[in-house]
Amino acid sequence: MNPISPEAPSAPPPKAHRLRTDNAGSAAATWLRRASAWLLCASAVAFTGCGSIEPWVKPYERERLADPILQTQRQALVAKHNEHIHEVREGARGANGVQGGGCGCN
Amino acid sequence: MACRGAAVAATERPLAALRALVRGLATAGRTRWARWAAPLAGLLGGALPSAPATAMTLPEDSAEALYHLYDGGGVTAQGPALLVRKSLADKVSLTGTYYVDMVSNASIDVVTTASPFKETRTEYSVGADYAYRDSLLSLSYANSDEPDYKAQGLSIDAAQEVFGSMTTIKLGFTRGKDDVGKKGEGFFDYAKHWRYRLGVTQILTPSWLASVNFEAVSDEGFLGSPYRAAQVFGALVPERNPRTRSSRAVKFSAIGEIMPRTSIHADYRYFWDTWDIKAHTFEVGGSRYVGESFLFDAYLRYYKQSKALFYYDNAPVETTYVSRNRQLSTYDDIAPGLRMTYQYKHVPGQYEIKGHINYEYQRFNFSDFTDIRSGQLYSYGAHVLQLLVTATF
Amino acid sequence: MIHRASIAFVRPWRAAAAALLAGVAMLAAATPLAPSAPAPDFTLRTLDGQKLRLGEQRGRVVLVNFWATWCGPCRQEMPHLNKLYEKYKSSGFVLLGVNVDDDAAQAAGVASKLGVTFPVLPDADKRVSRQYDLSAMPSTVLIDRDGRVRYLHRGYQNGFENTYDQQIRQLLKE
Repeated sequence: MNPISPEAPSAPPPKAHRLRTDNAGSAAATWLRRASAWLLCASAVAFTGCGSIEPWVKPYERERLADPILQTQRQALVAKHNEHIHEVREGARGANGVQGGGCGCN
Repeated sequence: MACRGAAVAATERPLAALRALVRGLATAGRTRWARWAAPLAGLLGGALPSAPATAMTLPEDSAEALYHLYDGGGVTAQGPALLVRKSLADKVSLTGTYYVDMVSNASIDVVTTASPFKETRTEYSVGADYAYRDSLLSLSYANSDEPDYKAQGLSIDAAQEVFGSMTTIKLGFTRGKDDVGKKGEGFFDYAKHWRYRLGVTQILTPSWLASVNFEAVSDEGFLGSPYRAAQVFGALVPERNPRTRSSRAVKFSAIGEIMPRTSIHADYRYFWDTWDIKAHTFEVGGSRYVGESFLFDAYLRYYKQSKALFYYDNAPVETTYVSRNRQLSTYDDIAPGLRMTYQYKHVPGQYEIKGHINYEYQRFNFSDFTDIRSGQLYSYGAHVLQLLVTATF
Repeated sequence: MIHRASIAFVRPWRAAAAALLAGVAMLAAATPLAPSAPAPDFTLRTLDGQKLRLGEQRGRVVLVNFWATWCGPCRQEMPHLNKLYEKYKSSGFVLLGVNVDDDAAQAAGVASKLGVTFPVLPDADKRVSRQYDLSAMPSTVLIDRDGRVRYLHRGYQNGFENTYDQQIRQLLKE
């Protein structure tokens, strides 16, 4: 993502072709592959639920989590109004996603 | 427990196989697809057992009525808003909202380059939530209408509970199309928006939650205001904004109960975009139950941003893009807020009625935007008030 | 070089197949309450203070429902369970509502507001919930006259009460 230069209209930079014999690039690519493979393995283990890591908060222990005191956005209209007044007057926007948690019933 | 025993036995061989997989991936790779297909297949295979003992519940049936007010910087925007949510046959929950904004605008831009005006913006939206096993799918459509700006948006969101419902993963996409107009000229241009959302909430303990949210927004079209002027060499010229903008934001939040009936929360959001704006948002706050029927929240929000590349208070050079939009300048705003909720009636299993009063005071301080009338750096305070009645049934 | 590359290609597919099989194996081993296993015995006090032991209900069909005041589907299910209790209690059917709230008084309040007539047993220290290794709220366990677990229902959706009705009738006939 290149910031728009005020001096000239944004022109796409010339495409850099990746050379297969680029050693520094392949070392970085190897590291990235290793890291992603480990991340996927870790997620696979985490996602099995009944794997070597078990969920440590049981469904019958979720009393606090179902309480409104542990929710930052409780009413949809209030969240909508807040998002509107912030987005209109500030340059930043987004990532105010709704929070999960809750009772986890059913 | 039988569960853990079987699982340990079953994971011995696959873990060794997965280690071999990593080595295989690290040493050689065939096609890009082959490199990713194996770990993805493993991930999906691993995800099968989490196909649920649990399932998502639809949001509760509710109705909300709000009166909102924003008063600051010469702008007063107020109006009512309504929301109704009802589930059908325990499968689908339908939501409808209606929102009115009556704006009386005498802001610094308007007052220094034009004359104050009043107008009304009406917005309505309809949505449906569908719970299927441990996923919640949501679809919604929103339409906003004012004399010189029309906006429409379609959103689709999916929430998935994994890991014994301890982790919730949310994905969302919104596509927006606006018609941009100017009084006296009609609608002359458009603006399109794409928003991509990803969020993960993780339950840490029976009393603590943490989440990470990421959102990427892309805009294309007319992204400024046809009424706003920029200043170049002391002369007012119509502003010139780029016709594209791409932004990213990532937000980290945590909330937890520190004492019985008391909780605290903290968030941090970092924002960056192709207009070179970088913004930080901090919020800390606490909530406490008082007595049988009251819930109080107090928070402090701090926002700080750096200016857009083409923003100038008074441009000393002729540039392709130039804007004097104070929302793109360097400034910070600090906003303490207080909320009170009163539980008026509570019949568990049947209905609940609550009243809410929320107040926030925002103080904006601009570092490179001057008030043309005085020549000083501009700053202003704003009051935000929300009066709300909610019922869940 | 070629040999190494082909091994690296084959290994990931074997790993994926192994992980998939492991996943299926885990699915089979998931439930700690295996069908026809004896129901773990427990003793809890009712809201009136009387001791109630599951083992003493031998000879009768027992439905144990684990619920909480903070759980929406649990509250929805209560009136249906009450109807089933009233319908079958004279035929040798017992319904026990084990409540997992931290505050037993709140459980009592909600139970009376919902018009519950079957015994409510507070399990504030979660001892029985852990014994039964609940994986969902609410959980409904149907135990036959010999004290064996026959059916386990996780969660509550509209229409589950009809399934409960059928299963209770079947167990009562045995």
